[in-house]
Amino acid sequence: MKENDKSAGRRLERIDRGIHARSEDIFALNSWREMLYLLGPRVIPVVALVILGLVAPLYWQRVLVSTAMFALLAISWDMLASTGMVSLGQALFFGVGAYVSGILNHYYGLPPWLTIPLAAVIGSVICTIMLLPVLRLRGIYFAMVTLVLPLMLERIIEATKIFGGTEGISGLGQLPSVDVEFIVAMVAVWAALFGFRRLMNSDYGLVLKGIKDNDRSVMSGSINIYLYKAQALLIAGSIASLAGAFMTHAYMFVGIPVFALDYSIIPIAAAAVGGVGTLAGSLLGAFILVPLNELLRGLGGLRSVIYAVLLVVFTVGLPEGIFHFLQRKYCQFERWVEVS
Amino acid sequence: MSDDVILEAKGLARSFGGIKAVDGVSFELKANQVLGIIGPNGSGKTTLVNLLTGFVKPDQGQILYKGQDVTGLPPYKVAALGMARSFQMVKPFYELPAFKNLIIPLFSSRVRRLAGGKYGDRDAVAKDLLEEVGFERDSQVITQRAGSLPHGYLKRMELAKCMALRPDLYVLDELFSGLSLAEVASLVPVIDKLMAQGATIIMVEHRLRELFRIANQVIVLNFGRKIAHGAPQEVMNDPEVKSAYLGSETED
Amino acid sequence: MITMTIVYGFINSAILVVAALGFNITFGISGVANFAHGALYIAAGFLTYLCLTELHFPYWIAAPAAVIITGALAAVIYRVVLLRVRGLVVSEVIATFAIGLAILELFRFLGFVGFEFTLPVFVDASVPLGNTLVDAQRLLVVASGIVLTVFLWLFTHYTKTGLAFRGIAQDERTALTLGINADRVAALSMAFGGAYAAVAALVILPLGTIAVNEGYDVMINSLAVCIMGGLGSTGGLIAASFLIGYGQIITATYLGTHWTMIVSLVAILIILIVKPSGLFGHQKELEERT
Repeated sequence: MKENDKSAGRRLERIDRGIHARSEDIFALNSWREMLYLLGPRVIPVVALVILGLVAPLYWQRVLVSTAMFALLAISWDMLASTGMVSLGQALFFGVGAYVSGILNHYYGLPPWLTIPLAAVIGSVICTIMLLPVLRLRGIYFAMVTLVLPLMLERIIEATKIFGGTEGISGLGQLPSVDVEFIVAMVAVWAALFGFRRLMNSDYGLVLKGIKDNDRSVMSGSINIYLYKAQALLIAGSIASLAGAFMTHAYMFVGIPVFALDYSIIPIAAAAVGGVGTLAGSLLGAFILVPLNELLRGLGGLRSVIYAVLLVVFTVGLPEGIFHFLQRKYCQFERWVEVS
Repeated sequence: MSDDVILEAKGLARSFGGIKAVDGVSFELKANQVLGIIGPNGSGKTTLVNLLTGFVKPDQGQILYKGQDVTGLPPYKVAALGMARSFQMVKPFYELPAFKNLIIPLFSSRVRRLAGGKYGDRDAVAKDLLEEVGFERDSQVITQRAGSLPHGYLKRMELAKCMALRPDLYVLDELFSGLSLAEVASLVPVIDKLMAQGATIIMVEHRLRELFRIANQVIVLNFGRKIAHGAPQEVMNDPEVKSAYLGSETED
Repeated sequence: MITMTIVYGFINSAILVVAALGFNITFGISGVANFAHGALYIAAGFLTYLCLTELHFPYWIAAPAAVIITGALAAVIYRVVLLRVRGLVVSEVIATFAIGLAILELFRFLGFVGFEFTLPVFVDASVPLGNTLVDAQRLLVVASGIVLTVFLWLFTHYTKTGLAFRGIAQDERTALTLGINADRVAALSMAFGGAYAAVAALVILPLGTIAVNEGYDVMINSLAVCIMGGLGSTGGLIAASFLIGYGQIITATYLGTHWTMIVSLVAILIILIVKPSGLFGHQKELEERT
């Protein structure tokens, strides 16, 4: 595959770095070098992060845990966007998951290792049911609904004073130790990334992506796009709700801040910075933005401004994102060729 | 089966913002026939296709497919019953290999049902279908990015997408537009084969000469109304049809 | 109680109309959903405040200055940012949303939080209406609502620019062939929307303090009335403002003020579920639903 960037007298040629024998999705690996070439970018980040997390001081360990949760939100956002559902409100899934686990723990006395998976499922079911009536909407109309729902739930809890009202529910159970928290978070985030990538690369994922590209064509293929959109909401929503539930127990508190705009904007910013549509880009974006956010803690409210500006810059100026750029550098080599 | 009415439209009407795109169109179509729908630009052909296949809901009228009322059913249900449509504007999934473009219909529950509850090897089926519409077997065109295929291949891929559903009724919206004479000629045997297998075909076309070789009967639309319906030659001798076509040509 | 509800409901509806007009103009003409509308409104408020207190400008300079600067800012947003993602509706929304967020949070960061941030009322008086006393500023909001709407109508029907606006709104492609520069008109429509947001701020903000969070509420309310009325339709906007305006006052009176915003939010949801093209929308239905 060659791509030409014409400039005066020379052009840049990009050539795929070869895996020698390659037939659709079966790789015939000829050597350890090729094995490393394929596994390197997948294994090294996983191992590096786990080691980093286990040796890091407590404070940064906690930062990594919350980074992982934002990464889950971003992956979830990216999968929905790949299905043609652009959400301006991942806080909906996050917040509902958080409240479900808080309620299960506080009112029903269930332990965190039960409430977190339960909240992932129940939270995503609740959110999907809320969004069912608007699955027919596309583009900004769907986005507006997702923007409105978390704000509405926040105000309803405030007005009706249910579940502790503005005070929230505190004193919730927590996981045994920060090390356990960290390991669970890592398992969740990598499982989500590799699992979702596999799913989106399968024929099922192809149908989902088809809905985004051309939903009329998908419908003419006798596919009930609303059913598939609902399934995508359930699947993608579950990890966002899981993130909410997890943070509830990490903070031992749940209250209306779980519906805050941050949980909607940071995932979008992460996906935009990392690169939309790859899932891995969203994860990369989260691991850049959230620790950066901690480093800039001294700036206080200015951080929201920085996020917003980064979001604009990447959406408008670099819609490709960092991941696509890295991927291209890794998978292709470039050389200048003289043009006669 | 050949004498059965497969599709019946009764008084279909639909207007957009005060303009009557389709205005009281009725017809009956017997199984294993080729019905051509022609008419000048803006005469409501594509709207009629959209009405028949559920993409647009009629303001008035009724559509019976195999005796079943399908008026107002969503497109995917219409397709699941065996009425497949192609689009005039081909918008394939550019980044995917050509054969992967057929995966979506092959993933539908209709295909699974027809195959006896299992999907089978979708990739293989997809490649076979592309070969049937004239993609060269074992050549790059089957695995090439759809975005880099020439228009003629994309049009044929659009037909293969319909065939993937193994429908009883094809609704082909300007399948021949933009194709060379040779490409059209290469598609004629494909259509003949579908007919031999018992399919029924509705073709919306601008390419009258090519259409008249295939169609058993023709409906002419003008300003959303059906102005003629009959065998190709007799329709073209109809004075109203002549004036509609001549009139539109001078206006264009 | 009843007269009060009627009078204040009417005033609240007028407030919604005035606040939302700018958003509606921009969307109606160029199809850009300017999610920074609320931020522009608040920015205009703070600009006027700064001109008055820091630069000690007289009001008759400060107010037009704020209107012009806000309009220019909106045009700059279009030229620098939106032009590059034109047509990618979702990117437009994300970009304007993020710009709005940046503007509002920047004001919060700079310390623009407190009760001292107010704008002067035009006339400090009250007028008895039936058995309720209504301050003159509230009546001025109603009056300016009428003036702004009439001005908009005259502008789009009798000036060259206004006619170009309508041309683009009705059929962009035909307008292009007639030599109307779509990008210039879109930038102008953003500027026009921004200026209207600023005028709204000048009229409405004297009723309370200039608060950053108000920017988000104005955005939600504007979205609510515009979606309900059918995006881009001025008549629909007015009708929807009265529905939501009275809805808010009635819930505030009988349920508590916590419920005011819920009315708008629920209105958006219900209308998008039931009739996404809005009560008086044109043919948007075709594009947005299948």
